[in-house]
Amino acid sequence: MSTKVSAPQMKSLHFQPRTPAATTSDRLVGAVSHTALTIWTVIVILPLLWTFMSSFKTSNEIFASPFSLPGEWRFDNYTRAWSEAGIGSAFLNSIVVVAAALVIVMVLGAMCAYVLARYTFPGSRAIYYLMLAGLTFPIFLAMVPLFFVLKNMGLLNTLPGLILVYVGFALPFTVFFLFSFFKSLPHEITEAAALDGAGEWRTFFQVMLPMAKPGLASVAIFNFLGLWNQFLIPVSINAAGPRVLSQELAAFAGQMGYAVDYGALFAAVSVTVIPVLIVYVIFQRQLQGSVSQGTSK
Amino acid sequence: MKRRRKPLTWDKISFFAVFLGLPLAIYLLFVIWPFVQAFGYSLTDWSGFSPTQNFIGLQNYTKIFTDDIFMKAMGNNVLLVICLPIITIILSLILASLVTVGGSSKGQIKGLRNSSFYRVVSFFPYTIPAIAIGIMWGQIYDPSGGLLNGLLRGAGLNQFKDFAWLGDKNTAMVATMFVIVWGFVGFYMVLFVAGIKGIPAELFEAARIDGAGRFRTAVSITIPLIRDNIQTAYIYMGILALDAFVYMAALNSGGGPDNSTLVMSQQLFFTAFSKGQFGLASAMGVVLALATLIFSGLVFVVNRLTGGDKDVSL
Repeated sequence: MSTKVSAPQMKSLHFQPRTPAATTSDRLVGAVSHTALTIWTVIVILPLLWTFMSSFKTSNEIFASPFSLPGEWRFDNYTRAWSEAGIGSAFLNSIVVVAAALVIVMVLGAMCAYVLARYTFPGSRAIYYLMLAGLTFPIFLAMVPLFFVLKNMGLLNTLPGLILVYVGFALPFTVFFLFSFFKSLPHEITEAAALDGAGEWRTFFQVMLPMAKPGLASVAIFNFLGLWNQFLIPVSINAAGPRVLSQELAAFAGQMGYAVDYGALFAAVSVTVIPVLIVYVIFQRQLQGSVSQGTSK
Repeated sequence: MKRRRKPLTWDKISFFAVFLGLPLAIYLLFVIWPFVQAFGYSLTDWSGFSPTQNFIGLQNYTKIFTDDIFMKAMGNNVLLVICLPIITIILSLILASLVTVGGSSKGQIKGLRNSSFYRVVSFFPYTIPAIAIGIMWGQIYDPSGGLLNGLLRGAGLNQFKDFAWLGDKNTAMVATMFVIVWGFVGFYMVLFVAGIKGIPAELFEAARIDGAGRFRTAVSITIPLIRDNIQTAYIYMGILALDAFVYMAALNSGGGPDNSTLVMSQQLFFTAFSKGQFGLASAMGVVLALATLIFSGLVFVVNRLTGGDKDVSL
């Protein structure tokens, strides 16, 4: 008898649900929120799905109905886009240019940020502000003179020229971001390394750089997206050179007035979009984390 | 470099030469030097391929400001600068608020359940190359085979059959703006979500105990506390609106019907690389740069002026 009574008492004392049941208004707000967010998600995803689906259709099918599924899953749009429209070679050019520029800018940017953040010398502030200025000026202003700088160096319309320019324009962001990162690393560690007899070079490459890995990763992802998506620089200074992906895509779309091959155009867009989406989905935690750096939860 | 009582060793000298010298050399040569040169070129009549360039003072600038087409382009940029940041920020703030404080009103302040899915998907457009976004939406807006008119026809709105969204001067700009908003809302949503999560939960709890509802909390607590994020977003979106080259080039490369989507950057590109008038194009670049600086300065000043007291309203 007594046990029967005490059991519910125990429950009410110690096992009270910690989260109270949602009220009606909560449920309403929740439902409205989910609806609004779902609508936006659909607006985002529908165009992408439609593009992907259309990349398997023939031009006739596309014009007959924008919604119908392709009659069969044909990949010849992709073959045509990849080889005839030159998306394949442009894709490879993009990989080479972005990979090279990314490696160089990460190394140089980390070195520069490290020196600026860790050493005080006359002019260090000035250099820092010079870097900031490069972040705020519109790229457009530089394009015309840059064209002739590269021309004089014989680097116009070449991939090495494009790589160097990418490095230059990605540098301010890299330095700016890593500056605060290196600044936050404890000074004791550099001192310990110096006591252990490590020179400046060794301290940087074997002690500081490994410690900066999280910061480096975030910057690298943003730089990758920025450089992969870059359009203005290649069309200005690499117009007659080996095209990169964004350039080739624009050129392909520009021809569409004459040769109507919409299926291949959709395939070309898909080829451009899908790799970055995959990279994003793999690294999305990292990326969202770096946007929200410093916040918990 | 001058650390007292430490001799300059080879290690140190080589370290500074490489670590500071190399990045700076590339930066100065490919970024700063062209910027500086642009100011110089803007005062000449240089056509790029002629060996001579004559100093013509501010003639390029008077030419620009009396050029109807360039002024039209500038007007379009101003329109973009006014509309794009506001629309993008309001939309992403709403979505970010829904994600972060859409949860239960009892107990701990919680976000909406399963909301990370929305965040991940909304961010998709930011990762896609802008030129691909432009081409994709060009197809979506296609009068006959496009997705938009297909949807509208499916909904029974037959008056939109074969309506050219990008070919009509009344809709071309709005349609273009939507594409840019589509591309950036997700990014700023993530930025604002991060900002909101950085606000100590006690503040929200205190507001709730004081009887503030969700809307009141959003307006009186959230927005003032993430105003720095909002300012950053405003400046970035404004700078983007002053450029907007990729989107315009992809959606209406010729400037659109009646030049209704023509922007300064397109005119600059055309003047430089098609017409070869490099002096004039550089002057356009300087105007564009000044516009960017003025815009950023304005946002700073407005934020300062309104940020002085605690009663901040958007």
